[in-house]
Formats: sequence, structure tokens, C-alpha cells
Amino acid sequence: MKKITTGALGALLGLYAAAPAGAADGRVVIGDIDDLSGVYADASGPGATEAANMAIADFGGTVLGKKIVLLSVDHQNKPDIGASKFREWADQNGLNMLLGGSNTGVSIAMAKVAAAKKVPFIAIGAGGASLTGADCTAYTVHYAYDTTALGNGTASAIVKEGGKSWYFITADYAFGTQLQEAAARVVIANGGKILGAVRAPLGTTDYSSFLLQAQASGAQVLGLANAGTDFSNSLKAANEFGITKTMRPAALLAFISDIHSLTLQTAQGLYLTTAWYWDLNEETRAFAKRYYAKMKKEPTLDQAGYYSATLQYLNAVKAVGSTDSDLVMAQLKKTKINDMFTHGGYVRADGLMVHTMYVMQVKTPAESKYPWDYYKVVKVLSGEEADGTQPDPTCPLVKK
Amino acid sequence: MTTVFGVPLAAILGQLMLGLVNGSFYALLSLGLAVIFGLLGVVNFAHGAFYMLGAFAAYVGLQFLGVNYWWALILAPLAVGILGVIIERLFLRHLYLLDPLYGLLLTFGIALIAEGAMRGVFGASGNSYPVPSLLQGGFNLGFMVLPIYRAWVVLASLAVCAVTWFLIEKTRLGARLRAATENALLVQAFGINVPLMVMITYGAGVALAAFAGVLAAPVVQVSPLMGTSLVIVVFAVVVIGGMGSLVGAIVSGLVLGLVEGLTKVVYPEASSIVVFVIMAVVLIWRPTGLFGRD
Repeated sequence: MKKITTGALGALLGLYAAAPAGAADGRVVIGDIDDLSGVYADASGPGATEAANMAIADFGGTVLGKKIVLLSVDHQNKPDIGASKFREWADQNGLNMLLGGSNTGVSIAMAKVAAAKKVPFIAIGAGGASLTGADCTAYTVHYAYDTTALGNGTASAIVKEGGKSWYFITADYAFGTQLQEAAARVVIANGGKILGAVRAPLGTTDYSSFLLQAQASGAQVLGLANAGTDFSNSLKAANEFGITKTMRPAALLAFISDIHSLTLQTAQGLYLTTAWYWDLNEETRAFAKRYYAKMKKEPTLDQAGYYSATLQYLNAVKAVGSTDSDLVMAQLKKTKINDMFTHGGYVRADGLMVHTMYVMQVKTPAESKYPWDYYKVVKVLSGEEADGTQPDPTCPLVKK
Repeated sequence: MTTVFGVPLAAILGQLMLGLVNGSFYALLSLGLAVIFGLLGVVNFAHGAFYMLGAFAAYVGLQFLGVNYWWALILAPLAVGILGVIIERLFLRHLYLLDPLYGLLLTFGIALIAEGAMRGVFGASGNSYPVPSLLQGGFNLGFMVLPIYRAWVVLASLAVCAVTWFLIEKTRLGARLRAATENALLVQAFGINVPLMVMITYGAGVALAAFAGVLAAPVVQVSPLMGTSLVIVVFAVVVIGGMGSLVGAIVSGLVLGLVEGLTKVVYPEASSIVVFVIMAVVLIWRPTGLFGRD
């Protein structure tokens, strides 16, 4: 009996290993590895997967006569899961391109796989600028926003309005530290100073003690170098402890899903930087309306980025008539990006997609006229203002 | 400014105050765990999930049913407690005679299902629950602003802890319960309905978690993951206090809250592990915990 079971199991495993490789010939496989259940699941997560599906449907469901399929998995914010799943899909499922969601730590791990397997990797939800700096690869595109742009947006706007001394509450991993560095650079360059910083573990729920330390520093600005529920919980506690009365909070990365869950009452007046807002123009509203019909929420910048990135990749495949990674990457790097996400965007030599960013202020409850009417534009930054005119010199791909 | 070991006194006092607030949550949650473990021998891994469900019950009550905070303090623990009773009846009951590991696995599974279900319905970023109008604002203590609500949390949880301890240690009902855990068969022979008592105990332990959840709702985002990180710390608290010891759970909850607060002044990066370091030390030095009986 035991022998038969083992034999059957072996046969099944054999089938499993053989089947996908054969099937991959007739299809174009797009992967999506994202935080589907943790702190970033609302900013990106299942909504982003849906946005990618919308892009595939809008493209017609096929490219070069092959069916487009989307694989999706939860990386649970663990770099090893992200990297091993990417490797598995590349080896066994004929993966042609990977969309990467939230978490810089996971994305850095996946970028290394992209280079090894020569599979294009479009990082969307992750913010860490090192993805197109020290960790850049020939197959990485950093699509939606990066920590440099976030720092240049929020931090420079606030310093110029007189918020000269800063204290940071920073998420204790690659994203948080890179975000803090980017913002601190901008603060110092504009004549401000950094009075201190504290690193809080990812997923901290009680920020009160970190906030007391921030307050004790006497800084004018409370820089929140975190995201998702970490951001919501820290801002909420800052309100509760009366810290927002003596310090000005600055959101270095806030998604509309965060503002929605915090409510305008708590978030009003906050400055934040975003690449995309559903209520910017006719194109963004048109996409948002279709998305809303499916998800019953307005899309975040990540989710809009997923749609745009999927479409741009498929356009590139169609244009070069092949899914060959090198040809597609070359095409992506020479094509201007014009769609509902941005206009005149382009992929730089280091892999960063340079595009317009917006510094927003969260409306007061009185200013908000309809559901999800949350932001007003404070400042529009051109791609170069947000991310500089030159590629990141720490990226080995950039010729010096 | 006065300093102690180079740290401003105001900062230390502030962190101790906050430690007391967090300690109250730890005490309340670990008390529920200790009650369930002490009297049923079940390692209730779903405790964090019941805490989360308590907060969500308050949120749903306020948003959709017009139940205000004060009613939620009573109704949410009641509703979640009834859920606990149902779970005890349908599932947990069948595992009492087996290795405690089975109860742990079952409750862990229940926690995963509860979190997944809430995430499916409410999303991951959570929802805001307003501080009740009566408790808004704060006291200026000189070294910090103490929100009135947090002061209330400390008072409410200490009161509930005291009442629970009194019920179990000093009343006839409590005496029967404790007797039933020592020798169920004998107590049953005296005509006491032991299965009913066990069921009610589990429900009450779960209700304690839900009560803590309602208390926490205005403080943190009401999110499906709010219990996950907390329950691990609370388990460590129970282990340090001595599995099943009520006084141990309450005292070590408060003390560890304070220790954590102090760690945040001295070396914030270690604040999330200091409880576990203490647990390791306690386990080496006193394997039964600080208040545990051999």
C-alpha cells in the first residue's frame, strides 16, 4: 500500500513539474507578488491585483496571439517568500514579467532574482530609492514613486513654509530608513536641521512613547517616515496626546486608503506627496469610476500604478513582437508613458520611471464636498524636480 | 532639567505613565488567558482574535446600530463571550481529554479564520473609533499631556481585574470552579454541573478579551491585525507571571508594561523584545513563572 501511495505521489509531482513548462508556450505570464493580507494590503494588495486584471481585460486578454494570465501571491512582507516565489514562477511557470507590490525589503530581494533570471520586474508599491540606486538591475523598473520624490515633495514644501527643525518617527526597515534619509537630506539642504529620530518596529500599534520623545526634542515638525497602519496609528496617537498642537505632522508616505480610515477629522491639514490622485482630471476619474464599480473604494496610487504598468508592459511586448526580456526592457526605456497614471513619464537609465508628483494637503471636513473628496493640490513637481535630472550614480548601470 | 542617568526625568515619568497604560491592557488580556488556562487547561491562542472582535463589535455597533461606547463596553463582551461559548460547545469541549497542543492548534486556527474574515469584510487598514465625548481632552501633568481616555483605561482595567480576581478567589462560585479544575469528577458527584461551569468560564475569559478590545478601540486603529502582535506579548506575560496564576498575570502585566516603557527611553529598538528576554530569564531561573505553583 505504502509503495503505491509513494509511487502515485511521485507521478503527481512529475506531472506538476512537467505541465506548466509546456503550457507556458501558449501564454504570456504576468506575476504579482504583494502584501495581500498585512499592513499594506489596502494601499496595494487585492485592489492592485484587480487593477492589473482590468488592464489585461482592456488590452483584450491576449498579446501576440497568446493568452495573458496573471498569477498572484501574498509575500507576507517576508523577503524570502517573495524571492523564492519569483524564482519558482520563473523556473516552472514561464513567467514573463513580475509586478511587485509593497515592501522595499521584499522588493530588493526580488530585484536580485530579476537580475539572475533575466525577468523584468516592475516595482510599484515599494518606495525605497535604492531599487534604482545601489540595488538597481538591468531588469528593474521602479514605477510609481520613490523615497527621493517623497522627500523632495513633502519635506521641501514644509521647510519652505518655516518648518525648520524636524524629528522623525521611522519604520525600522529599509523603506523607513531610506525615506528618513531622503527627507533629512532635503531638510538640511533647505537650511533646516534634524533634532533626532526614533525607529519603531514595523507593525507597532502603540506610538505614544515614541511621540513623547519627539515632543521632548522640541522640534517643530514631526516627520512620519512610515506607511500603512503604522502611519495611521502614529498620527492618531499624535492627535490624542495633543502633540499635533505643538508639532506639525508631515506624512512622508500616506495613501488615500490611510486617510480614508483615519477620517478627515484626524488627518485634516496634513501635507503628503503622491504620484496620483483619483480626482485629478478626467482620465483619473474615468479609471477611478470603473475601479470603484468593482472594489467599492477609490484606487490608491499603487493600484493606479499597477494598471498603468501592466498596460505599458503589454504595449511594449506588442511593439517589439516578442516577450524577450531585453527587447521589452529596451522598448520600455525608450517609450514615453502617457496614460491615466501620468503624462510624459519616462524610464531612466537606472530604471526609475520619472514622472510628475503632487504635494497635497488633506482637506478639512468642511472643505470636503463628496465622498473621497480628500486632497487639494499644494504644489506640482515635475519628474526632474521630484527625482533629479541625473540617474542615480550609485547604480552600477549608470555610465559615469 | 532634572536628569536620571542622563535621561530627563520628565521623559522617564512620561514613559512610566504610558507603560502603566499599556500594562493595564496586558494585565486585562493576560488575566483572561490565565483564567482560561488555569481553569480549563486550554492554551487559548484565539485570545488576540477575541480582543480584535471586541473592538470590531464596538465599531460595528457605533457605525451601524447606534450603540454608543458605554453600551458597547457591556454588549460587545457579551456578544463575543456568547461566540466563545458556542466555540467551546461545538469544538473545544471535545479536546479536553487530549494533549493541550490540540486546543492550541484549534484556537490558533480560529484566530486565523476570524482575522481573515474581518480582513475580507473591513480591509486591512482598519477603522477609526472616536473617543467618547465624556472622555475627550487631557490632563496636563507638567511632564506630558495624559489623555483622559488613557487614564480611564487604567482605572477600568484595574477595576475589572480586581473584580475578576475577587470572583474567582473569594466567592463560593469561584471556589467551586477551582475545585472543579482540581477534581472534576468529585465536584460533579456533589451535584454541580461542571461542563456548564467550564463553558461559562471560557465565555467569561473571552469576554475579558473583548472588553479589552472595546477599551482599545478609541486608542488604536480597529484593524483585523490588532490582536496578532499583542497576543504573543500577552502570552509571554502569562508565562512570566506563572501559567494559570491570576495575581501573576495582573502583576506581571503591569510591571512588564512599565519595563517596556522604560526600554523605550533607553533603547527603543529593543522595546519589542524586552518582554521576551525577561521571559527567557524567568524560565531559566524559575520555570514555573514568578507566581506559579509547582
